[in-house]
Amino acid sequence: MESILDHVIAKYNYWIYVVLMMIGFYAMIGKRNLVKKLLGMNIFQTAIILFFISTGAKKGGSIPILDKYAALQGQVDVNQVVNPLPHVLMLTAIVVGVSVTGVALAVMQRIYRKYGTLEEDEILHKIENE
Amino acid sequence: MIWQLDLVLLLLVVFCAVATITVKDLLSATIIFSAYSFLMCLLWAEMGAVDVAFTEATVGAGVSTIFFISAIFRTTRRSKD
Repeated sequence: MESILDHVIAKYNYWIYVVLMMIGFYAMIGKRNLVKKLLGMNIFQTAIILFFISTGAKKGGSIPILDKYAALQGQVDVNQVVNPLPHVLMLTAIVVGVSVTGVALAVMQRIYRKYGTLEEDEILHKIENE
Repeated sequence: MIWQLDLVLLLLVVFCAVATITVKDLLSATIIFSAYSFLMCLLWAEMGAVDVAFTEATVGAGVSTIFFISAIFRTTRRSKD
């Protein structure tokens, strides 16, 4: 029992990422307003990015900017530098997320112009009555 | 990585996320989401991912907030939940 609690406390940041992800997921499913759904999707996405970034973090690691000559002569201690591979992958994910947000907001403006509302149930009601 | 700072930032991020999806006014929700993005940027800078941090500060807290505000300005601020 003691060791399970130790594991939970040692990985506290992972638990908080899971909480953030569930908040975003709840907003995507439970909320009826389309802008709220989009905000929830953004929260979900940043939670996943946060998880990936934290896999590259190291205890006592500095930022991954190296001296060129020291790196060429092999004098860099890898344990002192955080892993930059997840950073590069997640940089792409951020840019893709913003473009998805832009397209979703454009579609929302189109929906508002046609149905006059952004609430999901009202839109469905108007579609059924057409 | 200082774990006290890490924990404080993570709790603030969770608080901002809950506030974003509970506030009824969409413009307030967007501004709180901007604060959430900036806290996320601080968290990444603190983890040593400076490139991701400044991309998030410009793109997440800056551009996407402007997108949301302009879209809300052209549609409606009202939200039932």
